[in-house]
Amino acid sequence: MNWESVIGLEIHVQLATNSKIFSGASTHYGAEPNAQACAVDLGLPGVLPVLNERAVEMAIKFGLAIGAKINLHSVFDRKNYFYPDLPKGYQISQFETPIVGEGSIVIALEDGRERTIGVTRAHLEEDAGKSIHDLFPEQTGIDLNRTGTPLLEIVSEPDFRTSKEASAYFRQMHTLVRYLQICDGNLAEGSMRCDANVSVRPYGQEAFGERTEIKNINSFRFVERAIDYEIGRQIDVLESGGIIERETRLFDPDKDETRSMRSKEFSEDYRYFPDPDLLPLTFSQALVDKIALTLPELPDAKRTRYIEELGLSEYDARGLSGDLDRSEYFEIVINGCKNAKQATNWIMGDLSAYLNRHNLEISASPVAAAQLAALIARLDDQTLSSKTAKALFDGLWNKADSNQDVDALIEEMNLAQVSDNGELTGIIEKLINDNPSQFEELRNGKEKMLGFFVGQVMKMTQGKANPQQVNEIIKANL
Amino acid sequence: MSAGLEAGEYTSVELTNAHLDDIELRNSASNSFITIAREHALKQAKAADAQRANGNPTPLTGIPIAHKDIFCTEGLLTTCGSKMLSNFHAPYNSTMVERLNAAGIVTVGKTNMDEFAMGSSNENSFFGPVTNPWDRSRVPGGSSGGSASAVADGLVACATGTDTGGSIRQPAAFCGITGLKPTYGRISRYGMIAFASSLDQAGPMTRTAEDAALMLSYMSGFDPRDSTSANRQDDWLTAIAHNGIPKLDRPLSIGLPKEYFADLANAEIIEAAQAELAKNGHTFKEVSLPHTQAAIPTYYVLASAEASTNLSRYDGVRYGHRCNNPTSLQDLYERSRSEGFGEEVKRRILTGTYTLSVGYFDAYYIKAQKIRRLISNDFNKAFEEVDLLMTPTSPTPAFRLNEHAQDPVAMYQQDLYTVPTSLAGLPALSMPCGFVNGLPIGMQLIGPAFREDTILSVAAQFQQITDWHKRHPGETA
Repeated sequence: MNWESVIGLEIHVQLATNSKIFSGASTHYGAEPNAQACAVDLGLPGVLPVLNERAVEMAIKFGLAIGAKINLHSVFDRKNYFYPDLPKGYQISQFETPIVGEGSIVIALEDGRERTIGVTRAHLEEDAGKSIHDLFPEQTGIDLNRTGTPLLEIVSEPDFRTSKEASAYFRQMHTLVRYLQICDGNLAEGSMRCDANVSVRPYGQEAFGERTEIKNINSFRFVERAIDYEIGRQIDVLESGGIIERETRLFDPDKDETRSMRSKEFSEDYRYFPDPDLLPLTFSQALVDKIALTLPELPDAKRTRYIEELGLSEYDARGLSGDLDRSEYFEIVINGCKNAKQATNWIMGDLSAYLNRHNLEISASPVAAAQLAALIARLDDQTLSSKTAKALFDGLWNKADSNQDVDALIEEMNLAQVSDNGELTGIIEKLINDNPSQFEELRNGKEKMLGFFVGQVMKMTQGKANPQQVNEIIKANL
Repeated sequence: MSAGLEAGEYTSVELTNAHLDDIELRNSASNSFITIAREHALKQAKAADAQRANGNPTPLTGIPIAHKDIFCTEGLLTTCGSKMLSNFHAPYNSTMVERLNAAGIVTVGKTNMDEFAMGSSNENSFFGPVTNPWDRSRVPGGSSGGSASAVADGLVACATGTDTGGSIRQPAAFCGITGLKPTYGRISRYGMIAFASSLDQAGPMTRTAEDAALMLSYMSGFDPRDSTSANRQDDWLTAIAHNGIPKLDRPLSIGLPKEYFADLANAEIIEAAQAELAKNGHTFKEVSLPHTQAAIPTYYVLASAEASTNLSRYDGVRYGHRCNNPTSLQDLYERSRSEGFGEEVKRRILTGTYTLSVGYFDAYYIKAQKIRRLISNDFNKAFEEVDLLMTPTSPTPAFRLNEHAQDPVAMYQQDLYTVPTSLAGLPALSMPCGFVNGLPIGMQLIGPAFREDTILSVAAQFQQITDWHKRHPGETA
């Protein structure tokens, strides 16, 4: 039988507020355990939550960016369950009425096709703390620093048919929240995590099969691997006559498999009800309109502009616009050198290669965007040859000093092309005198010999001679 | 007392010492106090004397008061009447405690209460029941029974209480004192241990309306730490310290909800109180609050639902009671909670958990919310016709210890006349208006939202022409 898989994602985005969603404690990552948990986060008796308005603004910003309906009236609910890293015994979330309603986002597939993916809703909630199982023998440590970090949970429609589509969507959302500057996008620190709902059905069947949910996937690669494993597992079960049970599963990247966490019969009744400590969340359309004015140029618009105004290829435009830091770097470079083609080639070529080799993000590039712009400008005015430009780039990389003046380094590294006629003429005349037979061959039309002379000049000038001028002087001697 | 301090007849330290000695001597008769805070009180009294010497005292500076043990107080135990919190020291003050501290009050102790404010007799306390100063075989009412008893016994002039379904007003009635439940949102709930968040409200328990008004003016005010706190400016309230309770500029029309008088045992006492008030020109009119009978079940559904999740945080993990040698996480939860909570608290957690469950939520919680709106509308309609409502505070005077212990539903019926106002979030005051067999009878004045001024004005008038509030236990009633 041919099977079709149906996949939906729930992405949890930690919003980049300074303080928590319902308390004044810092959200900064990496502090000593429990150093950033105040009385409210600890769930001490008598404390009360107060909503952080910045989190609301960020949720609205996201909703606007995916063309979603913004609900001017939404409600915070309590989701009740016991767990040691959930201090109050309930999580404050939005159940019936989320702040962001239906919207959509366009994803690009590897073959260049585009698909529009529906977003069902996005709601605000608080993150839980962390249970640490491997620090104390036979005991569990609780770190409540993460408790109360604002989360935006973005729920997609079950619109994906392959794991690649799901990971493309995850990446696209990552790009978007970085553009909106509502999340630092750091997957390793858990700033973005997703749950995948996976089911399979025979091709042509309309009804969905029973689904399972894979929890807490925190990398683009793992999304694909977890979903692919799960699709395979479900097909195996069904083809051997079994049935799929609704359950929650965990992905183990070491073994490359998903494992059952809890099945539906043990699933909890969360007893959602409106949190009486918080008033319904209401705001005016005027606030929404004001936030709309602060929306940056979004990835799709940027890509289109790169193609239409800067003449970039679809591939380059997508590559440069697909990451906020890269596009910002690119725009500083073109502002400095006015040469989009060279800027693209350097960023997509040498810079990317160097960064990859050293496993660095572009935001941590040792060569600053302004320096690359200056380098390209010196290439354009022929101070540098393509060869010395590469040497200069390497020099800048090694200096790793954004204050390093580019012209000073050209001088220091003695990389400027020799364009002085007198000096080059002298060198060339000496060469002709020293190599009469080769010169004779050239004169008799053996064009290959031109390369010999140019090469010798380059050697004697350590590559700094302007090749065009060298050609001209030799031809003049013929 | 404030006048004595102001005139220099005694210092706050002297006054506080006298109170502490008296409390230590007589507390065993009533069990009003869970904590007697001598050291803490004397420190505050010294500071109060200094505040007075510096020339910026408030009318409350140096006055000894007691807090219900539901308010978090830095440096003192805050137990909420429960084994669960019998070892809990809050690292912060509730906003209300903070405000009173700033006014210069002296906290002499923390008063006994029904566990987590769940009860109408103060028999549900881990620290034992409180007795009624008018008759030691009877209950003081609850849940603010310790505060009511302490004020009635003359151990303190003022105490704080909380009222979720009548927990200030009913014990005030049983103990013959004045108790005010302000409008929901008037006093910050921050640092007040939650029972049912949409109903809980702090308030003063005093001998007179005048003292209640003064306490209210220092307890209340907007608090950015409480999202349900009312952000409003009432000039009459901030002026109370200087001007006292505002005077009425006209006689009022006072409504008598017929549903509250249907089976009243001591109707003649309330009628006599009406006659007193009529002397000030007020007129009376029968009104109807047709959904009154639905209030008790509605209240128990909503309050228990909220309580069931408010009390989830007491899990033995971070603070509070933890069972010995837990063998698993489940065991830790089960034993810590079953050992730490008393019967009534467990009953309400179970009820609340049930009503919030899938399949029952619509039938109970959602339906109760709808009835709550109907009850609120009843009051809104009544206040289109009248300025104030007058009712009995409770169906009976103080009952005997153990009288209702085996029958929770009979106990819940105690709140018949107080619960509707709580559901509507309205202000209401109870004060003594007569005695039956030596036991005080309370009458309740209910006002529109944020019109505590009207209630207090009428209460003050009543207390000018009557002396029920001046009677002390032990005197012949």
